[in-house]
Amino acid sequence: MLNKVSRTVGALATAAMLGAGVSSAFAADDTIKVGVLHSLSGTMAISETTLKDTVLFLIDEQNKKGGVLGKKLEAVVVDPASNWPLFAEKARELISQDKVSVVFGCWTSVSRKSVLPVFKELDSILFYPVQYEGEESERNVFYTGAAPNQQAIPAVDYLMSDEGGAVKRWVLEGTDYVYPRTTNKILEAYLLSKGVAAEDIMVNYTPFGFSDWQTEVSAIKKFGSAGKKTAVVSTVNGDANVPFYKELGNQGIKAEDIPVVAFSVGEEELAGIDTKPLVGHLAAWNYFQSIDTPENEEFIKKWRAFIKNDKRTTNDPMEATVIGFNAWVKAVEKAGTTAPDAVIDALIGVSVPNLTGGFSTIMPNHHITKPVYIGEIQDDGQLDVVWKTPGLVVGDEWSDYLPDSKDLISDWRAPMSCGNFNVKTGKCGGS
Amino acid sequence: MNDDGRRLAASRSDRPAAETAAIIPKTELVPPTMRLSMPTLATLATALMLMLGVLKPAYGADIRSTVNALGQGDYVALQTAIGTLAATGDPAAATTLQALSDGDLYIRTADGAVFKAVKSGDGYALTDTVTGADAGMAASSEITKVKVNNKLRGVIRAAMGSLTLMSPDPKQRFAAATDIFKSGDAEKIPLLDQAIAKETDPAITRLLTDARAAAVLKSDLPEADKIAAVNVLAARGDQDALAILTNASGAAQGALKPAIDGAISTIEGTLKLWQGVQNIWYGVSLGSVLLLAAIGLAITFGVMGIINMAHGEMVMLGAYTTFVVQEIIRNNYPGLFDWSLAIALPLAFLVSGAVGVLIERSVIRFLYGRPLETLLATWGISLILQQAVRTYFGPNNREVGNPSWMSGSFDLGNLAITYNRMWIVVFSLGVFAVLMLVLKRTPFGLQTRAVTQNRPMASSMGIRTPLVDALTFGLGSGIAGIAGVALSQIDNVSPNLGQSYIIDSFMVVVFGGVGNLWGTLVGAFTLGIANKFLEPYAGAVLAKIVVLVCIILFIQKRPRGLFALKGRSVES
Repeated sequence: MLNKVSRTVGALATAAMLGAGVSSAFAADDTIKVGVLHSLSGTMAISETTLKDTVLFLIDEQNKKGGVLGKKLEAVVVDPASNWPLFAEKARELISQDKVSVVFGCWTSVSRKSVLPVFKELDSILFYPVQYEGEESERNVFYTGAAPNQQAIPAVDYLMSDEGGAVKRWVLEGTDYVYPRTTNKILEAYLLSKGVAAEDIMVNYTPFGFSDWQTEVSAIKKFGSAGKKTAVVSTVNGDANVPFYKELGNQGIKAEDIPVVAFSVGEEELAGIDTKPLVGHLAAWNYFQSIDTPENEEFIKKWRAFIKNDKRTTNDPMEATVIGFNAWVKAVEKAGTTAPDAVIDALIGVSVPNLTGGFSTIMPNHHITKPVYIGEIQDDGQLDVVWKTPGLVVGDEWSDYLPDSKDLISDWRAPMSCGNFNVKTGKCGGS
Repeated sequence: MNDDGRRLAASRSDRPAAETAAIIPKTELVPPTMRLSMPTLATLATALMLMLGVLKPAYGADIRSTVNALGQGDYVALQTAIGTLAATGDPAAATTLQALSDGDLYIRTADGAVFKAVKSGDGYALTDTVTGADAGMAASSEITKVKVNNKLRGVIRAAMGSLTLMSPDPKQRFAAATDIFKSGDAEKIPLLDQAIAKETDPAITRLLTDARAAAVLKSDLPEADKIAAVNVLAARGDQDALAILTNASGAAQGALKPAIDGAISTIEGTLKLWQGVQNIWYGVSLGSVLLLAAIGLAITFGVMGIINMAHGEMVMLGAYTTFVVQEIIRNNYPGLFDWSLAIALPLAFLVSGAVGVLIERSVIRFLYGRPLETLLATWGISLILQQAVRTYFGPNNREVGNPSWMSGSFDLGNLAITYNRMWIVVFSLGVFAVLMLVLKRTPFGLQTRAVTQNRPMASSMGIRTPLVDALTFGLGSGIAGIAGVALSQIDNVSPNLGQSYIIDSFMVVVFGGVGNLWGTLVGAFTLGIANKFLEPYAGAVLAKIVVLVCIILFIQKRPRGLFALKGRSVES
């Protein structure tokens, strides 16, 4: 009896597999598959779900225009569930089983590091849309988010300027993991090089999801009352931001006394807070929803129609996804194929419009050019631009301010084709 | 984008900025009230200014055009315009600047006139800040906001300080005195002297005296005056006074230098004491949060012995109940907002309690006596609940507002106590007391204790043990829901809310002693205070690690926690 059941199940399973094989073989001729590797459950779902929807939206738009190379695009969505090893497994599944041509995905640096070996081994393309700490340049990855010099350093420059309040004393407040630690290391070196005294810099880290900010905020208050203009540079991540800002508001730290400039707080994060006490605090990004350009207006309109919610916010990683997606489409059309090697070569130099009225170009180091904006938090949860860089900034993968990486450059064009070329020793392969 | 233009202008126009700086103090020497009583002096001042050729039309002339000037040009021009407007001393200047700093000032694109605009319905209701009259409605496309940045906010605040120092409203005077205390300089001394002479409220007089002392230190008055000022600030003895003295200490000479340094070390001494008090308070506050999170678990795990990994999700459900209640209130009965938490409390208790009873009846009751399976099953339930909430409400944080009585802070000596933390301490102790009462003084509490201590005996005495189990589990879950209402005030309301508290909750219950509510209370506060005393020295990450290691060592020594239950029930 049991035997019979199991045999039937086996037969059914085989049939199902054959069926699946047939349908995917059939699909492969007809469509180009695009992998989406963003967490839809677990802690990172808060940020990543929106990016999944963004890719689906872009695919939908592209298909309305007739697809790519005469074929329709088809999304393959997987859920790595905020679990770093699972990211690698799911990436492998996308590339080897589903045969996707390109993957859009990852948010945290650790998830990106986890999938790197898979993309190298199976030779596919990953578009990574989030601001990150730099110190990396891989052949198979295109970084459409900001490197530290496209976000952190301009923000500090602004605060140091007369317009930004001529800040002399700095608190570097971060969550304890790789992005804040590396960014703060770069910022500390940068500030010291600008003549800031070591005792005027305070660095502090808190755990993930930290919620009791009383001691930290009162320490900031104390540090800020030494008579010099003080600012906080916050690399506090995700969920910890809400209690942090609530405590700032409750302890009465006003933006005109001690401004906080954040690199991980955007429109989505502010949606969960009453922003009235926070007006004037700053965020540095390459895109804000409030930026008034026809491209942005059209994007927001179409996005809201797609998501069927006329209050949905847009944010910087979404714009980075848009740039990455459009660049990929353009490169595929240029190369005339979706074969990864050809597309990787074709991508360098591709220039696509961004949503802020300019163009973003993919550079030989697989990073892109971006404008940098400083926005002020408004009482409606939006960010209003108070300053921007005069031109576009090229992403600098190896920071010039860290001793280990200042001699390194990256250029993926032939004949160099190297992600970490040391200009001192003239060799590819590290510091 | 006109930002480029702004930046250009910023680099080129040092001149107008310097000129403004020169005007403001001069005019402020002559406050508005005086000007009315002493017309000659006012005329003289005007003549002087006209002679200087700095101030062209503004004074006495059309204030409307001065207000309109706020809407023209970049940040630098705006700063000049603010200076000019403040210099008029007109009452309209204060209202206009207030609106500007609130971000309510808009330019009507059609004629360039500047109005206060408040959103109403689809458009904006305009108010003329000069006359106070209603100026009709405008669509959002017809007006543009006058943008300010942090530097300008500081300039506005300083200007407002002088403009409202003579206001009849004590609250405004207090705010003005605070502004001048923070930003004042030597030119403000005569104005402050007048204000002090007129002031009747002792608290404001004290603040004004402090502000005057701060201004004196920045002036070039004789040494004796400055030393007197140092004494005033030393008596104030807080962080702000310390900042002013530290600033003054650099340039001080002669007898002033030791006076300042002496005052600084006195203040630092007092502040160090207060630092200790502050750590205790922060510890109590953290402890109360831990207590709230753990107290429900103290019942389900402590009393019933169920390892309930879904406990955090009960807290989360409570927080989401608060969100739903607030959302309904916001949309339908905005006047009730301050009552939203009171309304949410019983609802959160019912929602989480009901879910708790459901979980107990459908899953846990089949797993009594099998802790490992209970652990896995409840862990699974917690994931299901999280994902259910994520699917229904979306993965993003939800905004739960603080009612007005839970916002802001007050000073107790040198200790700033935030209202939300204070109420949470009070609330957690209240919940603890009520729970104690329920367990010790009600028939239901008696039955609960009977069932957990000796199930067969209780059963043979006629107690319906399955019902008691379900209700006890429901009580524990309901309390967790109530905790969620409180935690929604200080933390994110997201599907992950519960996860961040589950480990801490178990830590507190195990440390305090399983099965003993007093243990949970003492455990929570001990851990909170220990954590907060370590944090300033070790940092938040290391402090947490140290506390964890200490607990592990402690449990090695006393496996049953702080307050171990004694008696037969423990042995079985």
